[in-house]
Amino acid sequence: MAPILEINNLYKNYGATEVLKDINVSIDKGDFLVLVGPSGCGKSTLLNCIAGLEPITGGTLRIDGHDMTHVSPKDRDIAMVFQSYALYPTMSVAKNITFGMKVRGVDAETQKSKLAEVARQLQIEPFLNRRPGQLSGGQRQRVAMGRALVRDPKLFLFDEPLSNLDAKLRVEMRTEIKTLHQKLGASMVYVTHDQIEAMTLATKIVVMKGGIIQQIGSPAEIYNRPANLFVADFMGSPAMNLIPAKTQSGSGGTMIEIERPDHEPIRLTDPRAQGLPEDIILGLRPEDISEPGFRVGALVQEAPCKVEIVEPAGADTYVQTRLGGKPLTARLHSETEAAPGTVHNLAFDLSKVSYFEPESGKRIN
Amino acid sequence: MTDVSATPAPAVSERPRGRSFGKIALRWLLYVVLGLFALYYLMPLFVMVTTSLKSLEEIRTGDLLSLPRELTFDAWRTAWSEACTGIQCEGVKPYFWNSVMLAVPAVMISTLLGAMNGYVIAQWRFRGANIIFALMLFGCFIPFQVVLLPMARVLGLMGIAGTIPGLMFVHVIYGLGFTTLFFRNYYVSIPVELVKAAKVDGAGFVRIFFAIFLPLSVPIIVVSVIWQFTQIWNDFLFGVSFSQAGTQPVTVALNNIVNSTTGVKEYNVDMAAAIIAALPTLLVYIVAGKYFIRGLTAGSVKG
Repeated sequence: MAPILEINNLYKNYGATEVLKDINVSIDKGDFLVLVGPSGCGKSTLLNCIAGLEPITGGTLRIDGHDMTHVSPKDRDIAMVFQSYALYPTMSVAKNITFGMKVRGVDAETQKSKLAEVARQLQIEPFLNRRPGQLSGGQRQRVAMGRALVRDPKLFLFDEPLSNLDAKLRVEMRTEIKTLHQKLGASMVYVTHDQIEAMTLATKIVVMKGGIIQQIGSPAEIYNRPANLFVADFMGSPAMNLIPAKTQSGSGGTMIEIERPDHEPIRLTDPRAQGLPEDIILGLRPEDISEPGFRVGALVQEAPCKVEIVEPAGADTYVQTRLGGKPLTARLHSETEAAPGTVHNLAFDLSKVSYFEPESGKRIN
Repeated sequence: MTDVSATPAPAVSERPRGRSFGKIALRWLLYVVLGLFALYYLMPLFVMVTTSLKSLEEIRTGDLLSLPRELTFDAWRTAWSEACTGIQCEGVKPYFWNSVMLAVPAVMISTLLGAMNGYVIAQWRFRGANIIFALMLFGCFIPFQVVLLPMARVLGLMGIAGTIPGLMFVHVIYGLGFTTLFFRNYYVSIPVELVKAAKVDGAGFVRIFFAIFLPLSVPIIVVSVIWQFTQIWNDFLFGVSFSQAGTQPVTVALNNIVNSTTGVKEYNVDMAAAIIAALPTLLVYIVAGKYFIRGLTAGSVKG
């Protein structure tokens, strides 16, 4: 079966500025692809290119096997939900939802039954006759989704659809979108700058920066094996600890030495670190640095560290110390005895470690 | 700051009475001054109306500001259908209809074209859109006199010199700068995502304009109509330059009535004719006036 969306060597320029460089992505039917990255990374432009709202400078784009590179949006069999909802202000909710069908000349009976179906699905029946201006943000969001759902397209496109909602509603709608995706088995492309949204929704994540794809992978891959320093730092909250370190080959395997300003250096051993360059950056997620005794394994190693800041966050307590000139966050359980100014033993689980090359920032293990 | 909070409480409660007296006095003064201004501005209208209702005899003997002793509508009838403009004596009636035939289509065409221009410039952002908009804006500032000769030549070449369509053409061209400005500024506040959504929904350029943008333009359409109607109806220079006997608008006819009296100057007829000529614009303001202010101030559309 052909992939539902296939992008090959796509380039996009605005005049002389390259906004998207050599984009290659493909997803299968039923995939939930999330494009994530900081603002200005080109993720929305890429979505607009997929929709046909922005002309593509180079490369090809296929939807369900058909070449759509230069096809106009209306013939791509897509539906899109926008950040500002983009509801037609003078039309009622019902008219908003059926506008696309009306334009396409769908007969009135079908329009009516499809509208009823979508309205029931999204629970917007009570305000079908209201204008968008009379609705709350969450209700407008539902109408915007309804407008997309009613079309039953090959591909759904979402452009930061939850950014205008308050925090609580955002989480609710996030779950709802996920439920919808599972129920419909639809193929979706979703743009967000929120890495938590990306992690929770996606079956496949594309991390972008400066118009270049940094990494493509499942949420677990992106989280556990970031391809470079940017991805490591961008995905996950609190961010991954990235500590400059030096390697030393010795008898017991490769030693990893981390300098400390007021203490002797920490020495960790990792047999898998053989063949690494002398200067490396060691990446460990906060949850992989824990209270001694909580993680077991050959690669869990303890070291005393001076605690600088203790941040209780309810379920966990985040503890900050300083290693290799950089602050380091460890995620301890909430009943930890770590106190600011004291020395506390921390357990480093090197089975989850990522090594990066300092100059290029690339992952090397 | 600390000084203010340190003032004893009784002093604070004393103060409002004295201040409120001053406030009331000031308010009264304001109303009196405003009232005087209003009277001053209404004076010419008052004189016009009373004079038009007097007989010539009474005008000659009476006071300019006094009310008519005896109401007579003869002057109005004369002005409407008998007064002489040059050698013809048909009143302002035919010219009034000329103006209607000229102004109504010209207002409609220039408003619709302005709406389309504004829509294209604000929402379809093609290359050079800003330059084109700047040039159209520049058109608003070209004095009427400058375009007279070139326009006469163009009208001649097009074969519509001296006709009502010719004059209509002039007013549409001249009004486009303003109407484009109105609509462009109105549409520029509408998020571009609206067009994108409609495109994805399958609507084309024309469909999006008529189904989505025009329905939400009512306030700005009213502004454009009032502006254009006032401009075109009240215009004299283009009217006198590009029309000939039989196609002249009411402003030109009014001028001719006032300037071509033989013997006695019929002030009452002149006044009645002037009021007739001014009536339509007044009516447009009364009917659509409240939208005018609303349209000028409210540009944004809550989606």
